[in-house]
Amino acid sequence: MAITQTHELHKRRLGRNIGVALCLVAFIGIVFGLTIAKIRQGSTMEAFDHTPRVSVTPPVEVTE
Amino acid sequence: MSDITTNTTTAGEGEAGFGDYVALMKPRVMSLVVFTALVGLLVAPGGIDPMIGFTAILFIAIGAGASGALNMWYDADIDAVMKRTAKRPVPAGKVLPGEALSLGMWLSAISVAMLALATNLVAAGLLAFTIFFYAVIYTMWLKRLTPQNIVIGGAAGAFPPMIGWAAVTGGVSIEAVLMFGLIFMWTPPHFWALALFMKGDYHKAKVPMLTVTHGRPETRRHILVYTVLLVPVALGVGFTSIGGPVYMATALVLNAIFLKGAWDIWKRNEEDAEADGYAVEKRVFRFSLYYLFLHFGALLAQAALAAYGIGGW
Repeated sequence: MAITQTHELHKRRLGRNIGVALCLVAFIGIVFGLTIAKIRQGSTMEAFDHTPRVSVTPPVEVTE
Repeated sequence: MSDITTNTTTAGEGEAGFGDYVALMKPRVMSLVVFTALVGLLVAPGGIDPMIGFTAILFIAIGAGASGALNMWYDADIDAVMKRTAKRPVPAGKVLPGEALSLGMWLSAISVAMLALATNLVAAGLLAFTIFFYAVIYTMWLKRLTPQNIVIGGAAGAFPPMIGWAAVTGGVSIEAVLMFGLIFMWTPPHFWALALFMKGDYHKAKVPMLTVTHGRPETRRHILVYTVLLVPVALGVGFTSIGGPVYMATALVLNAIFLKGAWDIWKRNEEDAEADGYAVEKRVFRFSLYYLFLHFGALLAQAALAAYGIGGW
């Protein structure tokens, strides 16, 4: 026989589970938003990557 | 048959609702933290990205909530005795002590780490110190030891505007120190006014409140002394870069009223207070809430006006 009666306890558990789920979703949203904000205001995003690249090496003065 | 009995008697234990966990974080204290930290953040020079600012305030508030949860875990025995706090989640049996401790510890770690990632290490370090100060120095050590507990506990509540300031500037300056000082000096007269008319509770819980250890006339004298010491700090904020005529005018009026209130409390004796149901003490306590709110509101107004090139010194 299936248990069909909902106890007050089940309601409390459901409320708690929904609350925790919403907190987790909000946390994901905050981390995402923060990442976007940091990238938007970010300075140089390119760094040394074991391969010399023109964009990250200091400019060389051209002498005739 | 014993199975059924066991199931029914333990069904509710530790099965807290979501709201009980929120209550564990002292939402009313958090609202004050949010407001003062927000002012600290908004008046700081340089400005901050709205999303980063929002994140900073959120995790400062969560850090404050975490210290509240740790406080409720440790103080459950006192809370159960006092009428004002008996319905808190731990003494009421809704949240298990271990849960409160675990929530407090995890939220502390998350809030400090997230504040460090969102802003800088100075702000995160200050938040970590605030949580440690409130949970360990105040709650576990000095609250039950000295009648100056309110003075020491006040320091924990005074840090948020400094953390907000540090989140923007990456450091601490005279403005941040004076905002800290404003809340720090305001807390004792505010709480002692409350202690004067909340009779009995602290006595029952054996918490050494000034009213219990040194008597009520001495508490009245302390309220006056601390209010007198508060005035130069409150006015001092007005002479810094975040002050200006709007703040100064507000501070002058508010401090005059608060001083008058503290004087009235000092002049009274217990018979007068009993006769009118602690009317003056209640009035000063209520006013002290507006006092702090309006000071920080004036700082905010000053910053808003400065953005239009008006108002500052």
